[in-house]
Amino acid sequence: MSVNFGSKRIVVGAHYGLRDWLAQRVTATLMALFTAVVLLHVIFSRGPIGYATWAGIFVPQWMKALTFAVILALVYHVWVGMRDIWMDYIKPLGLRLSLQVATIVWLVACAGWAIQVLWRV
Amino acid sequence: MSTPHPDSPPIRPEFRNIHALRDLPSYRLPPAGWVSILHRVSGALMFVFLPFIIWMFDTSISSEYSFARFNSAFNNGLWFLPAAVVKLVTLALIWAYLHHLIAGLRHVYMDVNHAVSKEFGRSSALFTLALSLTLTAVLGAKLFGLY
Repeated sequence: MSVNFGSKRIVVGAHYGLRDWLAQRVTATLMALFTAVVLLHVIFSRGPIGYATWAGIFVPQWMKALTFAVILALVYHVWVGMRDIWMDYIKPLGLRLSLQVATIVWLVACAGWAIQVLWRV
Repeated sequence: MSTPHPDSPPIRPEFRNIHALRDLPSYRLPPAGWVSILHRVSGALMFVFLPFIIWMFDTSISSEYSFARFNSAFNNGLWFLPAAVVKLVTLALIWAYLHHLIAGLRHVYMDVNHAVSKEFGRSSALFTLALSLTLTAVLGAKLFGLY
């Protein structure tokens, strides 16, 4: 294995392929199940879907718990995907690291907002 | 560089880095290649529009008043954007979600079943493209009030 410590330390990249490969599939499956749950609610609701029907989907505590888990899964999933994009197309180390940091900040901020909205219902 | 001797074999083309504008348009991708690159494009698209997606979640769910604002964005526009632009962005996001979901399920199915024959790769890729575009057309027609 090549040297990866001291001044040769690689500071950007994956280095843990299997874990993130698996995490991306697990989080994807969770989000697909969530999509199915919301879709079934929408399909089997009676009449036109107004505010009460739509917001009502997210009222039960179990749905809040599921949606919360999905938001976290989404953040991890998007992090892996965007990190791969930066690694593939952005070569300069400083720029790549900046974009990766910006991605994390952006995703954590979005997750906070989404979670706040969830507990408003 | 000196000019090659007339009798020497012709200079073989060298392939180095891909130039996005000069080389990519001439590439002919198989269906699986299209599904692959569109999987990436759709993912990046949803990443960029994540605040808009959460804005839709926020306004549609917070209260009756915000729900009315949510509806209004699609009828009267949002901020300085006309309603048509809001609808087009939404349509792009609908396509992105459908393509990403179906292409992702294709990936997981292949991972679980080890079904990686060349023929299955091709047929499942065509299925992915056809289903995502059809569903986008159906939902898009609803979004633009065609039925």
